[in-house]
Amino acid sequence: MSTAKAANVEEPIEAVASEDESPIEGRREIGDTELKAIIEALVFVADEPISAKTIADVVDLDRPAVEAAIQDLVKEYESRPGSLQLREIAGGWQIATRAEHHEHIRAYLKSKPSAKLSLASLETLAVIAYRQPVTVPEILEIRGVQSPSAIKTLLDKRLIIAKGRKETVGRPMMYGTSKEFLIQFGLKDLSELPSIEDFQDLAGGES
Amino acid sequence: MEETTPAVEVESTTSASPDAPQNISVAGAQPEIASDREGDQLKITLGEFEGPLDLLLYLIRQDQVNIYDIPVARITDEYLRYLYLMQELDLTVAGDFLVMAAQLIDLKSRMLLPRDPSAAEEEVLDPRAELVNRLLEHEKFKAAAQMLWSRATVEQAVFTRAEIETDKNNPEVVVGLFDLLKVFQEILARHKEEVLMEIEREEVTMAQMIERLRNMVRSAGEVNLLEFFGRAQSRRELVVAFLSVLELVRMSEISLCQRETFGEITAKSVSPA
Repeated sequence: MSTAKAANVEEPIEAVASEDESPIEGRREIGDTELKAIIEALVFVADEPISAKTIADVVDLDRPAVEAAIQDLVKEYESRPGSLQLREIAGGWQIATRAEHHEHIRAYLKSKPSAKLSLASLETLAVIAYRQPVTVPEILEIRGVQSPSAIKTLLDKRLIIAKGRKETVGRPMMYGTSKEFLIQFGLKDLSELPSIEDFQDLAGGES
Repeated sequence: MEETTPAVEVESTTSASPDAPQNISVAGAQPEIASDREGDQLKITLGEFEGPLDLLLYLIRQDQVNIYDIPVARITDEYLRYLYLMQELDLTVAGDFLVMAAQLIDLKSRMLLPRDPSAAEEEVLDPRAELVNRLLEHEKFKAAAQMLWSRATVEQAVFTRAEIETDKNNPEVVVGLFDLLKVFQEILARHKEEVLMEIEREEVTMAQMIERLRNMVRSAGEVNLLEFFGRAQSRRELVVAFLSVLELVRMSEISLCQRETFGEITAKSVSPA
């Protein structure tokens, strides 16, 4: 009696499995559901945002297939009323909490928001982010003040990195933003920054 | 004095009383010059300016003048007044501020010159154009800095999972043979340093111990053996104490008595019959 039951249960599972591992799609051996599960596991385990290419290499599938599965997964996360999000950041994918629950998370981690950058540092960072690669004299031209301490702070915090020297008088060092910058400011890539010209209206209006 | 002028609050223009910490503006706050006359006192609050462009921009916005048509003479006067004030307060005026002052004065004088009537129409450039462009550019980046600030604030509320402990980032596991050897050598060295001290044995003889027990039994009539053994200060003394109990029993000087199973044992002197 019990063996017959077991056989009955097994049958539909087999059917699902064969449906997933459809041989029609060529080398595709991992089913959609399984692929999403694997991607989720990889993103969860990765210490840094993990790129679609890295995932594709691991599962040995082509990138478009992986990217499509990631998009499905993102939708699943969005439709779920949970507190996690699957998001693209600094050229990779990451599972993170939603901002809503930060108070409880901080209480558990016993952490305070880290010290904010000074206005001088933020302005310098903005100039570097929008004008990179940019030299110190060029930053001075826009800001109207020297910013040695701001640049040092930004370098210490690994938000900016040296990008070689400009072939001009004095061969000044050029600076650009780092991957850490994208991570700390929650950006996919630099193109996600609003255009600097968009600030024209804001700036031109009454302040 | 690198790039910001500290916020300072003054009660009068002559006597500087820089008790202003409560007025230091936070990042992103608008600086403020509030000049209201109360009798002879002129109260001025200086905000925190990120350099001359910041100050200039502030003066322009405060006066609500059109940035494309700056009244150079008026703004220059206000700018210079600010610089004098900084000097009166013995603040080191950053060189950048002085450069801007020179540029403003230069601009002011050029504005006063009559235009060259023979110059072609398109060559007649507003001498203020360059400054205006710089100011607008500066203002855009100020807004961009605000945007970054709010992005960072939101981002600080988002958390990712903590790092997984792997051999790579778990220092406890990353120990090689040489680390072990090093630690072992340290232990050996420490061992050598240990000073050996000879402690003289405190000898209690059998005779002394028998005398002690005898005295106790005589004075109290009855002695709990647990109490007697408890006085022994070393293992050896304990052995001697035990032997002396046996000795006295053998010599029929004391008798041992246990009132209940596993109960305490007491020694009593045997009354000479």
